[in-house]
Amino acid sequence: MTDLRELYQEVILDHNRNPRNFGPLDDHNRAAAGHNPLCGDQISVYLIVEDGRVADVHFDGNGCAISMASASLMTEMLKGRTEAEARALFDRFHAMVTGEGEGESEAGLAEDTDDEDAMRLAVLSGVREFPVRVKCATLAWHTFAAALDKTGQTVVTE
Amino acid sequence: MSGAAAIDRAAGFDAERARADFPILHRPVRGKPLTFLDSAASAQKPQAVIDAVRHCYEAEYANVHRGVYWLSERATEAFEGAREKVRAFLNAADSREIVFVRGATEAINLVASSVGEALLGAGDEVLITHMEHHSNIVPWQMLRDRKGIALKVAPIDEDGALIMEDFRRLIGPRTKLIAVTHVANALGSVVPVAEICRLGRDRGIPVLIDGCQAVPHMAVDVQALGCDFYVFSGHKLYGPTGIGALYGRADMLERLPPYQGGGDMILSVSFEETVYAGLPHKFEAGTPNIAGAVGLGAAIDYLGGLGLDAIAAHESDLMAYGMARLAAVPGLRPIGTAPGKTGVLSFVMEGVHPHDIGTILDGEGIAIRVGHHCAQPVMARFGVPATARASLGLYNRRADIDALIDGLVKVREMFDR
Repeated sequence: MTDLRELYQEVILDHNRNPRNFGPLDDHNRAAAGHNPLCGDQISVYLIVEDGRVADVHFDGNGCAISMASASLMTEMLKGRTEAEARALFDRFHAMVTGEGEGESEAGLAEDTDDEDAMRLAVLSGVREFPVRVKCATLAWHTFAAALDKTGQTVVTE
Repeated sequence: MSGAAAIDRAAGFDAERARADFPILHRPVRGKPLTFLDSAASAQKPQAVIDAVRHCYEAEYANVHRGVYWLSERATEAFEGAREKVRAFLNAADSREIVFVRGATEAINLVASSVGEALLGAGDEVLITHMEHHSNIVPWQMLRDRKGIALKVAPIDEDGALIMEDFRRLIGPRTKLIAVTHVANALGSVVPVAEICRLGRDRGIPVLIDGCQAVPHMAVDVQALGCDFYVFSGHKLYGPTGIGALYGRADMLERLPPYQGGGDMILSVSFEETVYAGLPHKFEAGTPNIAGAVGLGAAIDYLGGLGLDAIAAHESDLMAYGMARLAAVPGLRPIGTAPGKTGVLSFVMEGVHPHDIGTILDGEGIAIRVGHHCAQPVMARFGVPATARASLGLYNRRADIDALIDGLVKVREMFDR
């Protein structure tokens, strides 16, 4: 249960119950859909990108607590960032949840209190111990990247 | 003996004793005793099956139907012996009516291909139900795209039972094949296949039954049913993966063209002409899954030793116990409540996605399936993206249900913090 409480932290349960920036975004100029066929997670990400900056970001859909909380957290963190900053944040998140980020250990992330991004992302680091759930955590981010890239393709994680 | 075990035994079947036959059930998972409740996805294997496969490779293996030497004779005998066991298991009239396939998926694709070729044309209709596994939907859609047939879908009610009135109404002059599941994999609903076979027979419409979720739980007699095709997968019947069977009535199979071409399915080949072999070899191109068939035969022997009726009574008791205990879990909604349902307990939980249920239960050593169960139209019918599904095997006991309920209470606690 220790690992599970690590995975289902209260912040995650809160974002799952009360997702931020949830619902379509009027006047969005980019959007993409994502699908995780394994558990049926469906997500849409809507963006307003202005002057190379993510002016606003919303999402909607349904899925497990990990996918919903990750999407909700993501929207909070992306607002106001440049495209380059947003992509860098995705890379960082991806490295953390897949365990590929050397030196970005969970403890290292959380202890560096100057790094607010790291602190916020770290609530999802528990996913690393659950390989089949990594795609739940990354679905929203992949969908966001597709919206940014205007691929027009539904993102499928499996 | 604990109270729960005494009750398990009272059903006339000793689940504790049967458990001893399944080595994997005794390994710990995540530091906990394993509670395996996913037999509808794939059942665990008794020692007898493991030994039979091992013996095949260690002592009696060579290619079948080819060698004139001793080992090939032994292997052929074991392989054809397994066919005879499948014949007896389904009470088919003749072992020539049993075609070995990779599983039910291949069997249905075979029928779709061969029946599609010989008996179906543009505008003809294939009738299925709303609760089919994708494997009894997609092959017909592929045939629709290839030949212009139409797919008709009979609806199910709120309990997940087939609405027979509508089913009957959907049988029309263009209906050329009926393909239905015997037991719905996501719901456990038992389809009245005997009645459907009667309807088909009266109108000269062939009937295919997908028996994957039925054969582990009840005795099946294809002659009594009067079906034209009956298919199942070995791995859900406690046998190996990669082996299954297609029963086809001989006069029906004789009318059909082969599915795949190759070795072992011919009498003679020249570049001008090929003469196909007789049944069942016409449908078995290439070297078959020899050890898989032998293992399947061993699984059938094993089930015969326990008695399918005793297994059915035991599982029926467990099902009633499980449904009653699930009903007492706050915020839990069962999906699939048809009377007489068998094998599966599907449900959703208020405010918790099935995938999260699955992960938390896994932490307790409890294996269930979560997701759409390859039956997305069923999920759509009940307005859920996915369900959690606990499914029963002969080795499950009330203690497994109790562990599941305790686990669900932990799920609630985790999410209600």
